[in-house]
Amino acid sequence: MSTAVIVLAVLAFVLGLGLAVAARIFAVNVDPRIEKITEILPGANCGGCGYAGCSDLAKAIVEGKAGVDACPVGSAEVAEKIAKIMGVELSGDKVRKVAIVLCSGDDQVASKKFYYNGIEDCASAALIFGGDKSCKYGCLGLGTCADVCPFDAIDMLPSGLARVDPERCTGCGKCVDACPKGIIKLVPIDRKVHVLCSSHDKGGKVRKICKVGCIGCQKCAKEAPEGAITMEENLAVVNYDIEIPESVAGVCPTHTIVIRGEHLEEVEASEEAKAAGGAV
Amino acid sequence: MSGRHFFGGVHPEYHKEMTAGKAIEAMPMPEKLVVHFAQNIGSMPTPLVKRGDQVKKGQVIAEASGFVSVPVHAPTSGKVEAVDMFPNPVGAETLAAVIAPDGEDAWAEGLNVEQDTDSMNGDQIKGLIRDAGLVGMGGATFPTHVKLSPPEGKSIDTLILNGAECEPYLTADHRLMLEHPAEILEGASFFARVLDVKRVIVAIEKNKPDAIEKMKKAVEVKEGYSVEALDVVYPQGAEKQLIFALTGRRVPAGGLPMDVNVLVQNVGTAFAAYEAVRFKRPLLERVVTVTGNGVAEPKNIRARIGTRFEDMIDRCGGLAEDTVKVISGGPMMGVAQYSLDAAVTKGTSGIVTLRKDEVVQFVSDPCIRCGRCVEACPMRLNPSALSIFIEMCHFEDAAEYHVTDCIECGSCAYVCPSQRPLVHHFRRAKAEIRKMSRKAG
Repeated sequence: MSTAVIVLAVLAFVLGLGLAVAARIFAVNVDPRIEKITEILPGANCGGCGYAGCSDLAKAIVEGKAGVDACPVGSAEVAEKIAKIMGVELSGDKVRKVAIVLCSGDDQVASKKFYYNGIEDCASAALIFGGDKSCKYGCLGLGTCADVCPFDAIDMLPSGLARVDPERCTGCGKCVDACPKGIIKLVPIDRKVHVLCSSHDKGGKVRKICKVGCIGCQKCAKEAPEGAITMEENLAVVNYDIEIPESVAGVCPTHTIVIRGEHLEEVEASEEAKAAGGAV
Repeated sequence: MSGRHFFGGVHPEYHKEMTAGKAIEAMPMPEKLVVHFAQNIGSMPTPLVKRGDQVKKGQVIAEASGFVSVPVHAPTSGKVEAVDMFPNPVGAETLAAVIAPDGEDAWAEGLNVEQDTDSMNGDQIKGLIRDAGLVGMGGATFPTHVKLSPPEGKSIDTLILNGAECEPYLTADHRLMLEHPAEILEGASFFARVLDVKRVIVAIEKNKPDAIEKMKKAVEVKEGYSVEALDVVYPQGAEKQLIFALTGRRVPAGGLPMDVNVLVQNVGTAFAAYEAVRFKRPLLERVVTVTGNGVAEPKNIRARIGTRFEDMIDRCGGLAEDTVKVISGGPMMGVAQYSLDAAVTKGTSGIVTLRKDEVVQFVSDPCIRCGRCVEACPMRLNPSALSIFIEMCHFEDAAEYHVTDCIECGSCAYVCPSQRPLVHHFRRAKAEIRKMSRKAG
């Protein structure tokens, strides 16, 4: 009995000593700042910054590979806290950017060229003649963007369009990469006037296939301040550096130009009306 | 010669009886031809014509834009009415020239002249084949001259003439073998001369006994040529499966037939090579099987490249009212079309029309892991696991499981009891993997 106790005690002492020595020799020095920054970061591991998750970005910030404001999701507050830890000054105000889908051609107003019976995913659908929508620039409405959104900020409307909720959107840019049509853009949240169309087709063709497509009439470009809306291959494109008065939206003959807040409310109301109609 | 076979495969209903007994007939010149510039795998040829140009038959209207690219020629003489985007039967909208024939069908200078082929060397033959715009006419449209240019250190000892035609419905190659056996073999002899190949095998599935007999008679006078009858299994005509069935050699993953010293050419391509080398005629027409219950009179038609599907179908008595699907190619690998404005390209082997009661509206269910797709896959892949990875966007895992080796034959989707769109998944994964490697490199 006593032998067993002595043997075990000696064994415990020797192994303990071994562990103590190993802990000294193989110690890994972790910069404590990495841990602190990881805690401050949102922790969604969305990858929007281009690094493999939040702790990877924290490491990159400490190593100087990424800026203190590299997290596209975190607000100015997060960047400020990180700047404090890193002991640097934050340069300028950063306006929050949010995603917007530049297409408003839903199933009621935009025509389709064929019936698609396949995988419910835009990237897959786009492999077959570019998708079922007659407009090759149009939103396919199968929700690839909503699937990749880590913040549940994109709704798929029953009418066949994707809609971003600017309140929930953090501007990580995942949907921008995922959209096979490339029609999602990151825009400053304080800008309200948007051209909800991405079609570079000529006006005549657009009219045939979509009621709310930009026909390239240039009325908005003339109405808006110099350089705020420019024409690029039959499409009015907004320059978000310049503020555009909301009155510009009124001149668009196809109602392609919208004021974001109002537009979202309108869409919501019409969807609700449709849902109510369906219930009856 | 039994047991000429490979792993996996399926037995779809063949429906070849509709057109197998019908001789190839020439298509009258339509009112307009829509000639796509993108007709080959590789880089798209550079267009040379614009609206209003007059062109002669055989004139180059788009020139090769690199090594893996071939010129496109005007199929007849006439006026270019427009250059615009049109539906290309491969499944995209691409740039095409609309040519209004002038009815003269006048050749451009220097073409359609009988050549002294005996004095030509390999490079000259290869040059004629490249200038004629030849691509693999089985449907893959890989430029023929590239296949005839193995890199230094790789030699070819066997040429396989692919007359398997394993796709259901199609009989274009079958009819060509019955009607032009000598021409096909002469075309093959040009390939053999370029690569100094002594052994030529004509491979035909056993369901075409008349073609086997005809070709056997034709090869009697040729030294080193033989005809092999193959088991009737889809996809027997797929390049890698064909090579294994005939030679027992396995093309390595990601490799080419030349890695195992074999060259495979479709019989239609061999016929086009005969025309190109013997008469200096560019590839301006091909045989297309227009078939299925959707047309009144199924036919094998020799049509100019650029003939619109609508004109082809009208020639066969028009579409039945309840036709719901028109496919370019066969039903296994073909692409459903949304517009009859799609036009015949160098790779269009057939137009299959299906009526309402023949088309299933599929609703796909989750995978039940029955493993039928694994047994059917001729590439020995695991379609079940792959599709599950891809559904979850795990494209790296799909790449590790060799999705890029998928030949898109559709055998897995054909046997799947859950009706999963497996090939569609794999095409998506391939596109994503290409995108990832572009980003990385």
